[in-house]
Amino acid sequence: MSRTARSARRRWLGETRYHLVGLTASLLFLAPLAWSVLVSFKPSLEARQPPLPPWPVEGFSFQNYENLAKFGAGIWTYSGNSLTVSAMTVLGTVIISLLAGYGFSRFQFPLKNVLFVLIISTVMIPFQSILTPLFLILTKLGLQNTLAGIVCVYVTLQMPFSIFMMRNAFDSVPKDIEDAARADGASVFVMLRRIMLPLVLPGVATVAIFAFLASWNEFLAALILLTDQKKYTLPVLMAAIRSGQFGTIDWGAVQSGVTMMMAPCLALFLLLQRYYIRGLTAGAVK
Amino acid sequence: MPREHAVMPNTSSAADTIRPRRSRQRRKQLTGFLFVVPAVLLVLVFFVIPLCMAFWMSLHNWPLLGKPRFIGLDNYVSLLDDARFWGAMQFTALYTVVVTIAIFAVAFPLALFVDKGRPLTKFYRTSFFLPMVVGFSSASLLWAWLMNVDAGLFSPAAFRLGLTDKPVNLLAEFDTTFWSIVIMVVWKTAGFNMIILLTGLQGISAEVQEAARMDGASNWLRFRRITLPLMRRTIALALILSVAGSILAFDQFYIIADGGPRNSTVTAVYWIFSQSFVSFRLGYGAALSMVLLLILVTISVIQLRLLRTPEGM
Repeated sequence: MSRTARSARRRWLGETRYHLVGLTASLLFLAPLAWSVLVSFKPSLEARQPPLPPWPVEGFSFQNYENLAKFGAGIWTYSGNSLTVSAMTVLGTVIISLLAGYGFSRFQFPLKNVLFVLIISTVMIPFQSILTPLFLILTKLGLQNTLAGIVCVYVTLQMPFSIFMMRNAFDSVPKDIEDAARADGASVFVMLRRIMLPLVLPGVATVAIFAFLASWNEFLAALILLTDQKKYTLPVLMAAIRSGQFGTIDWGAVQSGVTMMMAPCLALFLLLQRYYIRGLTAGAVK
Repeated sequence: MPREHAVMPNTSSAADTIRPRRSRQRRKQLTGFLFVVPAVLLVLVFFVIPLCMAFWMSLHNWPLLGKPRFIGLDNYVSLLDDARFWGAMQFTALYTVVVTIAIFAVAFPLALFVDKGRPLTKFYRTSFFLPMVVGFSSASLLWAWLMNVDAGLFSPAAFRLGLTDKPVNLLAEFDTTFWSIVIMVVWKTAGFNMIILLTGLQGISAEVQEAARMDGASNWLRFRRITLPLMRRTIALALILSVAGSILAFDQFYIIADGGPRNSTVTAVYWIFSQSFVSFRLGYGAALSMVLLLILVTISVIQLRLLRTPEGM
């Protein structure tokens, strides 16, 4: 056998081994997600059996979703709560961090650095340690057990990351662009909306994705601050079902709930992966 | 090298504020201030004030209803004798050490595996990362089911394969509960740590590695002498994120195990939660929170220090 043929063979073997390992590992990471989604489409009785095989044997069915819909105030109420909270959190986070990022990037004012450091340093403090006083403050403000109250908490928790991202986004826009617009007599707000916003849109996308994922999935604060069952978000509802608060645990219904909770996160990530990873690495190299 | 310039003043914008008229400059200052006011207010009302309140509450006997009574440091004194709190702290420490080592043991090979751009590498990266984007609550519910003795996957599968003589309830014993949850967390967060480590790997210039290869350094030697030292900052970051996240673990132990079996998997946050919102000892819960906060900040500072100096590795 010639030398080139031998080295080609060795390379081919190496490649095969690489992909064998890669595919096996991928399978291990993806299997639990796939298992849950597949089981959610089994008929209800079949879903109560061990999921072997994971796919529906007796045909696809929406029974688990129909059963899930019957818990408490109905699944539409709970997914509506979750959607409202996430949408408001995304909107609030984007608007407030956009303004603050612009302010911190382009203006000089007294205490500017103190305020910036104050906001960024809250990331060091675990929010779990201030839940009790938050509960009391929200009660004082009449926001305890309201979706608006929990949105305020979620937006606040997003502030350090989002403002850091937005300030960097504005910092990377050249000054000349604003100078030209200012010479044309554009006001500050027009400048922000018409000229700066399109340029920092990637940063906005990153901030929005992180705000959505955090608020859609958050459990502990929602568990504590939403005491009325009708106000539950999906994670709190599902945990209540799992703990047997609604009677015997219907594992099929639980998997349909898990699928509903996972689907938007997976879809958003696969569509906007670039902006998500940008946020991760921005945090990693700061 | 510390890169504090991330929070340094943005001096370049000072250049265009030099205007002949002062009032104009004042107005510009005010505009800038107004832009950051909503964020500052939010952080003050929903973070800084609660933080101060938490300290204030920790000095009180503070029931849910009725008048709080100032008791000085009594909460902190009784905390010292609280065997269940220290049990929870001990368990949290054990979990943090085990899960962090486990995450690194999986995430580092994964990062090396997806470092070089080959066909399908992007697909591998995405698959390893995907469990990260579903929340801890969804992941916990999913694994609570996989671990269930009747309707789940692990015990029935082991039974059918003849590995056990009857389906084993994984949640009945501490060891099986603990290790199942560790595996679940590794599954969920290894991809995240892989991406963080990958940014460090890709920051190492190919020339350095190539030069070492030319000098005849083996793979292992290059990994130890070049890759690891050059990745110190990245490793420090991944370590801090993993340790801080694990110390604050709650969702998976609450949802999967309910703190069981026999309260053996109650974490620090879980104990604070149950003292504050099940027993409604709000002042005592606040004192526990203060201790947890102090421990967390201390660990972060120590880790940053250790891993920033060259001798630290």
